[in-house]
Amino acid sequence: MKLLNYTTAYFSAILLFALTLFTVIFYFQMLDEIYDSLDDGLENQKILVINKAKKDPTALLKKEFEDGYYTIHPTTFSEIEHAKDSYRDTLMYMLNEKDFEPVRLLETAFEQDGNYYKLKVITSMVEEDDLIEDLLYSILWLYLGLIFVILLLNNWILKRLWKPFYSLLANLKTFRIEEEQAFHFEKTKVEEFQLLNTQVEKLLQKSTESFRSQKQFIENASHELQTPLAISINQLELFLEKEELSEENLEKLASVLENLERMTRLNQALLLLSKIDNKQFVEEESVSINTIIEQIALDFSDYAEHRNIKIELTSKASIAIAMNKDLAVILFTNLIKNAVVHAKENSTINIFIEYQKVTITNEAKHKQLDKNKLFKRFYKVNTHKNSTGLGLPITKAIADKYDFELNYTYLSKHIFSLKFN
Amino acid sequence: MKVLIIEDEQDMLQNMKQTLEKEDYLVETATNYETAFSKIGVYNYDCILLDISLPGKSGLEILRELKNRGITDGVIIVSAKNSLDDKLEGLNLGADDYLPKPFHMAELNARIKAIFRRRNLKGSTGIEIENLHIDLENRIAKVDQLPLELNRKEFDILLYFASNKNRLINKTALAEHVWGDHIDQADSFDFIYSQIKNLRKKLKDHRANIEIKAVYGIGYKLISL
Repeated sequence: MKLLNYTTAYFSAILLFALTLFTVIFYFQMLDEIYDSLDDGLENQKILVINKAKKDPTALLKKEFEDGYYTIHPTTFSEIEHAKDSYRDTLMYMLNEKDFEPVRLLETAFEQDGNYYKLKVITSMVEEDDLIEDLLYSILWLYLGLIFVILLLNNWILKRLWKPFYSLLANLKTFRIEEEQAFHFEKTKVEEFQLLNTQVEKLLQKSTESFRSQKQFIENASHELQTPLAISINQLELFLEKEELSEENLEKLASVLENLERMTRLNQALLLLSKIDNKQFVEEESVSINTIIEQIALDFSDYAEHRNIKIELTSKASIAIAMNKDLAVILFTNLIKNAVVHAKENSTINIFIEYQKVTITNEAKHKQLDKNKLFKRFYKVNTHKNSTGLGLPITKAIADKYDFELNYTYLSKHIFSLKFN
Repeated sequence: MKVLIIEDEQDMLQNMKQTLEKEDYLVETATNYETAFSKIGVYNYDCILLDISLPGKSGLEILRELKNRGITDGVIIVSAKNSLDDKLEGLNLGADDYLPKPFHMAELNARIKAIFRRRNLKGSTGIEIENLHIDLENRIAKVDQLPLELNRKEFDILLYFASNKNRLINKTALAEHVWGDHIDQADSFDFIYSQIKNLRKKLKDHRANIEIKAVYGIGYKLISL
């Protein structure tokens, strides 16, 4: 949910509650005020009626309201001894409305010439329903009006006030640490945003620095390991050229050399993996997957032929992907190499290229592989001497980098599929 | 042929020197920027082997200075960094080749010979060993003027052997050179054997005075008969 929508939602909820509460209080206060004023009027009318009765005793005979606003009934002292003025609401039939309508009634008593009388005075009352309805509508309009104004203000204020924040967000969204581009901060007078900007700047500087030093570390580690490896391999090669070595010694030295070469491969594979993980392959171009696969299949054809393995390539579509070309080559080399190395002798490897998908299948001695461990580093199915245990993890790392879907299934054959999205 | 090696790692330097002296090159060495230029100014070299990471001024700065001075000696960058940035920058600065460490001596030999051939275009573009002639431009090999029918791989193998005559060639080095770096994980390099067998047979049928000899457990060697 966007910030704007959040504030609007909060405001509308709070306003709904506050306005409802306010309306209820306002309604009762209004009602109270109205009764107050009605009752004052009734009191005044009571005095007027009593005065009128004093002057004109016929008034004392008015027993029904009919055309007037009061009635007088004779009573006894004992009945009214403790009576006080009482106001209440009641209903009366109104001719104009043809319905019972609420009226306010004052019941009181008075004494004239030693006789006691009960007096009832009425006055028409505001209709409560109408009042509530009117109030409800006014409040509703007020509510809608307020929400509208808040939306408008929010939009306007958010856009102006939060501009530095949104520009920071937009910049962060496009920021790629491996591209080492300069980061632009929008100037602001708001203290919080200033703080945010300086903190983000500090963080970015720190991560860029550690990214650089990590990159540097990998390169240094590589350098430190490659040089002694290079020296050892070369020295051994020079030593092997000496004529006087016996066959037994030659064999031993060959094994040392082989292991040094294995170490070199391992070191290079580890380096490659960390470089992919550190996102150091930035350059991208449109890569033809078909061409790459054809080339790799050709590279492995001699080795495959030697083991009597057929590589069958079926292209039903041509795939071009924007990615780093070296990584594309490494990705498919590892997949195809994996198939060729593990394929049974006298079998066929099928490479199937269809729309946005490449499938590679091979038959092998071992059955289904553990899907969960297959792409983990140093997971080895057999004790393959020259395997680094890093080929498939590298494939996975490259696939993950570009959000390709790399899958393994087993249907009497090992099936690796790669889906480009 | 004169070669200058600029490398600060003494063992590395000695290995390279030794292997190049076996090829009868005149080899000079330098371990930093200053000693390098004290020699570059005086002699012309056919090839300079340049390490990128040197103490003080780096190999890239040496390249820059060579470019400034208009010296166009053939340069092969020899680097343990194997970093794409360095490779691109080095080649942009006029280096002829980039060889990541560790490498096989046979590979170094082949690269240096390729540089010599490229630089001496006025001379022959071929290699002569005994009665074998390799025409690089047309990718044809002949024994006593009779062409050998070689496929692409066989030609590459023969050329690699010819660049490393009398030198021991490691199976891995040969496989990586001819089949690419990615072949390395193949469980054995036995598959090379069938290619070599074919090549040997063709050489023998044409009565070439050379032979590809197997060296037990290690690899092969091209020798004169």
